[in-house]
Amino acid sequence: MNLVVMRLTIRALLGRRRSIMLFGIAGLLLAVAGLVRWGTDASITSSAATMQNFGLGTLVPVMCLLIGTGVIASEIEDGSIVYLLAKPIPRRTIAFSKLVVALGTSLVFTVAAMVAGVAIAGDQDWQLALALGTATALASIAYTAVFFAIAIVSKSPIIVGLIYALLWEGVLAGYIPGVKDVSIRQWALAPAERLLSSHPTWNVTSDLGLTPALILLGITTVAAVFVAVQRLKTLPIKVSE
Amino acid sequence: MSSAPARGGVTSGGVTTESVIHDIGFRHYDGPRLGRGWAFRSLLIETLRGCYGLGRPSKVKAMPWVLTGLIIAPALIIVAITVVTGGTTLPLSYTQYAGGMWLLIAMFVAGRAPYAISRDLRDGVMPLYLSRPILRRDYVLAKFCGVALGVFLYITAPIVVLLVGALLAKFPVWHELWAALGGVAMAAVLALLLTALSMLLASITLRKGLGVAAIMTTLVLASGFANIAVAILGLKFSEGSAAYAAMLDPFALVDGLGASWLGVAPLNAGVKPDGLTGGLVFSFVFVAIVAASLALLMRRFKKVGGV
Repeated sequence: MNLVVMRLTIRALLGRRRSIMLFGIAGLLLAVAGLVRWGTDASITSSAATMQNFGLGTLVPVMCLLIGTGVIASEIEDGSIVYLLAKPIPRRTIAFSKLVVALGTSLVFTVAAMVAGVAIAGDQDWQLALALGTATALASIAYTAVFFAIAIVSKSPIIVGLIYALLWEGVLAGYIPGVKDVSIRQWALAPAERLLSSHPTWNVTSDLGLTPALILLGITTVAAVFVAVQRLKTLPIKVSE
Repeated sequence: MSSAPARGGVTSGGVTTESVIHDIGFRHYDGPRLGRGWAFRSLLIETLRGCYGLGRPSKVKAMPWVLTGLIIAPALIIVAITVVTGGTTLPLSYTQYAGGMWLLIAMFVAGRAPYAISRDLRDGVMPLYLSRPILRRDYVLAKFCGVALGVFLYITAPIVVLLVGALLAKFPVWHELWAALGGVAMAAVLALLLTALSMLLASITLRKGLGVAAIMTTLVLASGFANIAVAILGLKFSEGSAAYAAMLDPFALVDGLGASWLGVAPLNAGVKPDGLTGGLVFSFVFVAIVAASLALLMRRFKKVGGV
């Protein structure tokens, strides 16, 4: 970790436009939560369904995409990463510093938004908030790591990330049974299902058991971090046209 | 645009010297000047061709054509199943098809709008366009019409496939033609609405990839929010009143417009506007969004310097 790199990354990440977008998306989730509470009289089943589909299914990946690519993609694109890479700091340290900032930011934003959203939409003794908060935290870590890797590997990371988040996680994982098993969202929901095992009517379910889901989550996250670090280590320094 | 340099610095004879800043020896053009209208037409056609990567390298062609394949494939499957099993109706009607494939259409328009205008703004080449005999509004309108036409063709292609399939399956010809015409009309309305919104977003998010992300995110969040809002408001109010929330989502708005004016079944039953008033409100909102987006887009192009 390098504190200066981290501080610079935070400042670049929470620039005006991006933080407006992040707060806007979090606000949208809270607005939906308020709407659900008002419309269904705080029914926990609707609360759980909305927060899973719209919250965990759409907003969490989008926020992680903004953050995970935001910490590094724009620097690579405009070529200013060169000035950072040319400093006598190991590239590994640069990658880890940026990744830690990304993980911290996305955890704060997504988990806070999710817990507040569940609390607003309807909950019983914070059980749903705890379960979905856990799922969000796990999903958030994995998504951010994956998008961070995409940001370094791909030339147009936002487009690739959106296609993955919306098409793979959103659409294909909804229809094709096989794809469901290879979806960060499903893996992250496994611990939530376990936590809510006494409330099967809330319909918080995952397609995988707890152990395989956690193992797959771990493998995906570690693999993404590994790819990201390796790629940054060998990233050619080129003059931008 | 190509100008052959005159060898040895010899300028061709008979050139008038007016409006020449530096004569650096290029061959002069004495042919007819085709003027503003022709420039508008050329810009429109080049934008439309560019929407599908025509005349551009194969790397650029990949995305639009993969997306075109993806939106036509389900129509082919539907047609094949209908013809083979001898069904009497299409499982997804002409007017519902666009709503069902909304994510693909969103991806197409999200890729095309930034392609059309963000690069010109980012690279600071607007002054080059404006030094030609076109006005600002010609440029904006030509780009808008080009992209809108491209999106319209994209949405219409599978409708044509469905129509051909319906005729192969020996459905009543006039009835099918009329229904498909409704689908084409809705495709035009949807193309106008999506293009207006996306071009506006693309004109303010110039960074590479950011325009695509902004448009996709907006459309996806709008759709998700509108769906939830329609469902929730339907619990508290009458269904007709809840349908007004559909106006937040371009796809649901057009779905509702079709249900109101053409009397077709909408994809999501909740978005059918309430009687004549609802239809008028939906139409008004549609016109207002398109007009406001175009007006803002024109304003955005008021100030375009070099870089």
